[in-house]
Amino acid sequence: MNAVNDRTRDIGPFVEGPDDDMLICRCEEITKGEIRRAVHDGMWTMTEIRRYLRTGMGLCQGQTCAKLVKGIVARELGISPAELEPATSRVPMRPIEMHIFANEAKEGEEYED
Amino acid sequence: MKRYDLIIVGAGPSGLSAAIEAAKRGIEVIVFDENEKPGGQLFKQIHKFFGSKEHRAKVRGFVIGEQLLEEADKLGVKVELNSTVIGLYQDKEVVVKKDDKVTHYKADAIIIATGAAENMVTFPGWTLPGVIGAGAAQTMMNLHGVKPGKKILMLGSGNVGLVVSFQLMQCGCDVVALVDAAPRVGGYGVHAAKVARTGVPFYLSHTIVKAEGEECVTGVTIAEVDSSFKFIEGTEKHFDVDTICLAVGLSPMSQLLKMAGCKMEDNPKRGGQVPICDEHGSTSIPGIFVAGDVSGIEEASSAMIEGRMAGITAAEFLGYIQKDEMGTELENLDKALDGLRQGMFAPSNRGKLIEKTDEGIEVSESLLKKGYVSDDEIERFPGVTHKKGIHPVIECTQNIPCNPCQDACVKKCISIGSNITSLPIVVEDGDCINCGMCVASCSGQAIFLVDEDCGDGTATVTLPYEFLPLPSEGDKGIALGRDGKKVCEATVVSVKSAKAFDKTHLLTMRVPKEYAMKARFYKEAE
Repeated sequence: MNAVNDRTRDIGPFVEGPDDDMLICRCEEITKGEIRRAVHDGMWTMTEIRRYLRTGMGLCQGQTCAKLVKGIVARELGISPAELEPATSRVPMRPIEMHIFANEAKEGEEYED
Repeated sequence: MKRYDLIIVGAGPSGLSAAIEAAKRGIEVIVFDENEKPGGQLFKQIHKFFGSKEHRAKVRGFVIGEQLLEEADKLGVKVELNSTVIGLYQDKEVVVKKDDKVTHYKADAIIIATGAAENMVTFPGWTLPGVIGAGAAQTMMNLHGVKPGKKILMLGSGNVGLVVSFQLMQCGCDVVALVDAAPRVGGYGVHAAKVARTGVPFYLSHTIVKAEGEECVTGVTIAEVDSSFKFIEGTEKHFDVDTICLAVGLSPMSQLLKMAGCKMEDNPKRGGQVPICDEHGSTSIPGIFVAGDVSGIEEASSAMIEGRMAGITAAEFLGYIQKDEMGTELENLDKALDGLRQGMFAPSNRGKLIEKTDEGIEVSESLLKKGYVSDDEIERFPGVTHKKGIHPVIECTQNIPCNPCQDACVKKCISIGSNITSLPIVVEDGDCINCGMCVASCSGQAIFLVDEDCGDGTATVTLPYEFLPLPSEGDKGIALGRDGKKVCEATVVSVKSAKAFDKTHLLTMRVPKEYAMKARFYKEAE
């Protein structure tokens, strides 16, 4: 069992840090402290963190913060960031308006010359 | 659903190269790119590239972009711009968003060449307007003609940080400091040296403590860090700046591959999440290939070769060429790629401290710590020699894969030999005719033409000059040393511009002869 899956592992108590109020995910306005606290609330995977806090689910889709969040979570868990599976990649890859997402081009209507 | 033999995602250097190779073999290929212009990062690269002739060395990046586009166009490659691939489903179904519609495409083979995104670092104030990525700075300057700021601090001494710092100065910005938490300059020494000699101070083993300002950046504080990257108290330095530029690495944009179900790995040496693939770009899913930074961060020249490899591999997969034809082609490309991956900066040397060049010469400590080769170190390199009359002085001190200087000299004064990473040497009985081609052809701006003794107590130094406005003949100013500090007064003898120099102007200045081997940059008197 790897260090992420072993939920019985003791990662120690949450200790407040001097830079806990620093914004990490700008799109969803999530701070470093919130991410660190989430780990102590039991969110040990990137997917859990994302669902719990919405980090990386805003306009830039984690393009800026994904690596930063991963680093913070890994440090809190005392593991290397490489051991953390990144969050699921799924459609749509880029933010898209719902009316466009639903506007599927029909046969013969594609953007062809 | 529209069907294509081959769909390529990303019209950067690797995607276009892949498209060209595939189209050459009769494949109907379409390239999607989310940007409004093709070329990826190439059109932001206004500097001359390194490498050999085959790698289009000494050609400026944006010109390489134009050449690729033209080649792709001639072969009938279709490039769809403003087209964002939002998904890659099972059985190679590609979903593209363009304007206000999504369209589904199907391909028999797919090449993912999506490139990479810039990394960020956090420090108090990092979300203030004025903190920007180096790539963003390049986009503003070189694509949109917008000056990113007036006074700028650059964080990151890799090639991106060094190249962008130089470009910022070319665009008229004042680069107040180049900072890196690492103890040594990460990029090519020649890139560092051309920045340092203009007077930009390097702060290695330093990083940003905080960005200052209420509404936007008005200043920055840096401090020295120890070997475990902790701040050393009392070493803080403040700079008034309006812009902080971050050049702290790239991460592959590999999400489409992960979505498609390709086997992935987290490989810090390749920049993060990358697909597991073979040396020619085949992923774990048959028919899905990768090329360029998405499979591991390198640079544009290798991305173009990887693109060609992926295009050829895809052509074989689709049955357009035989295995043996693919084998021969790939063998040649393997050699080309191998050539680029040699020398001190080879991927296999990443993170290693190299103390001696291949020739057994001790590397310059000063270059790695301060960005320039010190006066007492420079003489040990084979490109630095002395003789009567005008002769080239080649301040190229690291083994990098680059050799345009050798071909530039019609008189064969400069020799690198067959090993492209060898240090250039000045041939002893070479007869320099002062044509200046070597100075203009050196992508690292490391070649000078020096007449150490003109007979009247003065010397002349010809240096590559890429700033506007150009000084004129007779102008009086100051000569700066390799460290960017004033060494003496200087008078401009001539400023030569020629088509063959490709916008590198040759500035010749006259200095007292004792400074012939020290004066390396010209600055107007303040």
